[in-house]
Amino acid sequence: MSSLLIIVFAFVSMATLLSLVRLIIGPTISDRAVALDTSTTITTAMIVLFSQIFHRAIFLDVALVYAVLAFLGVVALARYLEGGV
Amino acid sequence: MIYKVIGEVLIFIGSLFLLLASIGIIRMPDVYNRMQAGTKATTLGALSIIMGVGIYHPQYFFKTLIISLFILLTNPVSSHSLARASHNFGIPLTKGSVLDRYAEDKEKGFKEEENDS
Repeated sequence: MSSLLIIVFAFVSMATLLSLVRLIIGPTISDRAVALDTSTTITTAMIVLFSQIFHRAIFLDVALVYAVLAFLGVVALARYLEGGV
Repeated sequence: MIYKVIGEVLIFIGSLFLLLASIGIIRMPDVYNRMQAGTKATTLGALSIIMGVGIYHPQYFFKTLIISLFILLTNPVSSHSLARASHNFGIPLTKGSVLDRYAEDKEKGFKEEENDS
């Protein structure tokens, strides 16, 4: 693991922590949904970085499935907030 | 090994954009401004990281292309539906905002429906 990857992981984990802070303190429920959306996209990029570190191609499939499930979850949450059809 | 240097530079730029996006999520005053910071910059950062990994390992390029195309297609859709849902839920804009076209359009549309009926 090179030193550039350590810096990259420091940045990405700090980004995840900041979006988790917004997920906890968000005043309305919509803020929490936006923070969750951001956090899932950051997590997809982080899973792809795992395949860069461990030299395994299987993490790319995991990242694809995680992206599909996160998109479905955010859209379902938005439809629930809108309260209808 | 010029492609490895290009891949590492892309990964570094992507992580910087992810950090800037989450700083924007903390700093912005409103739901809609937070959505602006948290979806556009995150899309660019994630695309840059994923394509950087795909350029660094050329045997992974096809799978990373599929993942980045999927993120490029679905991230605006989810942010659009979140913005529409929070506007219909009744969350107000921040105090300094001057224009709300969606509320004007909704008002106009409701009036036209009343005139038709």
